[in-house]
Amino acid sequence: MHLTQSTVGRKILMAVTGLLLVGFISMHLLGNLSVFAGPDGINAYAEHLHDLGPLVWVFRLIMLVIFAVHITFGIKLSMENRAATPVNYSIKKRMKTTFSSESMLYTGLILLAFLIYHLLHFTVQITNPEISAANLPFDAAMRPDVFSMVVLSFQKVFVSLVYIVGMIALFLHLTHGLSSFVQTFGWNNGPSHEKVTLGGKLVAVGFLLAYVAIPVLILARFVKL
Amino acid sequence: MDLTLHVWRQNGPKDKGQLETYPAKGISPDMSFLEMLDEVNEELIKTGKQPIVFDHDCREGICGMCSQVINGRAHGGQERTTVCQLHMRSFKDGDEVFIEPWRARAFPIVKDLIVDRSALENIMQAGGYPSCHTGGVPDGNAHPIGKPVADYAMDAAECIGCGACVAGCPNSSAMLFTSAKVAQLAVLPQGKIEAKARVKNMTDTLQAEGFGNCTNHLECEASCPKGISVKFIAKLNREYMKTIGC
Ligand code: HEM
Ligand code: FES
Repeated sequence: MHLTQSTVGRKILMAVTGLLLVGFISMHLLGNLSVFAGPDGINAYAEHLHDLGPLVWVFRLIMLVIFAVHITFGIKLSMENRAATPVNYSIKKRMKTTFSSESMLYTGLILLAFLIYHLLHFTVQITNPEISAANLPFDAAMRPDVFSMVVLSFQKVFVSLVYIVGMIALFLHLTHGLSSFVQTFGWNNGPSHEKVTLGGKLVAVGFLLAYVAIPVLILARFVKL
Repeated sequence: MDLTLHVWRQNGPKDKGQLETYPAKGISPDMSFLEMLDEVNEELIKTGKQPIVFDHDCREGICGMCSQVINGRAHGGQERTTVCQLHMRSFKDGDEVFIEPWRARAFPIVKDLIVDRSALENIMQAGGYPSCHTGGVPDGNAHPIGKPVADYAMDAAECIGCGACVAGCPNSSAMLFTSAKVAQLAVLPQGKIEAKARVKNMTDTLQAEGFGNCTNHLECEASCPKGISVKFIAKLNREYMKTIGC
């Protein structure tokens, strides 16, 4: 198929999957913020998700495909681009591109490492079994106690640091990605693009602050058991 | 004024090449950058050395032959300026100036600062023209084309094919060059007929020639001596999307 081989086709696949991932992290963030509503917030939310049964697995499968496409082409395109420039300039000045645009592969790979840790931590629950929801007593409403798991986890400085580093990588990745996909979809008509770029950066800051608030506020004991 | 030049010298495509240092003495600020190199070459010839080999033709910013990365920026990085139109008044006495050729796998070095840009011609040949007979010169207004469309096409047609977009791009992609032609022809009646085949063939050739993929660094737009906008790459992307499923 032309789409998966063409230089433009693969760029569009990167943008479509990237945008779907942005959709995912938006929903995920809304869910996570329910931690600030205490056990009745996040524990109820987690239980509702589990009640979806087989749908959870359908959703996970779709996410897996999206990630696989995004990561495979991200790495492949980056390697081809490297090969297209075998000799570097002895001096090269950046004129418009940014640190975040140049480090997409690296921030992407940090995100991948983070994602694996995150799944082992909260989904498979094997990194800190003693404070996993599976091993903690049920909450007052007889639900798995996700709230206590989250709070006890982020009280550990190491765990919080991993999440903060992961979210900084996400911020850098989105700083480029959120205006890049607009250009890739062909929605840049010239003058508008400066504003789109600024808007993308602001949204990226928004994601950073909202996500990082969770470990930071728990670490600072604003949120406790 | 006196300058110190660090110039890339490379005997042929297979040679390793290295930067060599030359003094440029008594340079007038009114000279163009290429005239300055002419002066330096005079001195090199006098002392029995090989002159620095560089591409140039019109020396008035329209042919697209001059191609040098100066102090890390294609064409020296002045807005809408080719090397031949860059003047020594934008340098200071005592400056160190680094001069390198376009660097990209698709542009093999011929000698010193000259690279082989046939790859751009090959992209053009893959569809950068309408192949149908358009007859003789049409009567004025025989094809009514609105002013905004005509302006848009002219803005894209400003590309002189110098390759600065490739030289500036961290991925060595020729997407801005390709998009200028795709966008220009896609909005005009003669070009619309083959628009779908054109965008596919030209971008496939770009890839086959060993250029990198566009990842929206936008360095091309900043490097372009004609100020070609990346909105034409957005247009190319839209044109490509129309071919999906075809
Ligand atoms: C998990 C590992 C990930 C890797 C290895 C990765 C890798 C990459 C790479 C290399 C690019 C650059 C492609 C280009 O510039 O054209 C990219 C673009 C992008 N990524 Fe990721 N990424 C990952 C995760 C994510 C996540 C979690 C999101 C969303 C939250 C995301 C959203 C985006 C977006 C929006 C783009 C821009 C697409 C475009 O250029 O139009 N990525 N990714
Ligand atoms: S020599 Fe013709 S554009 Fe510079």
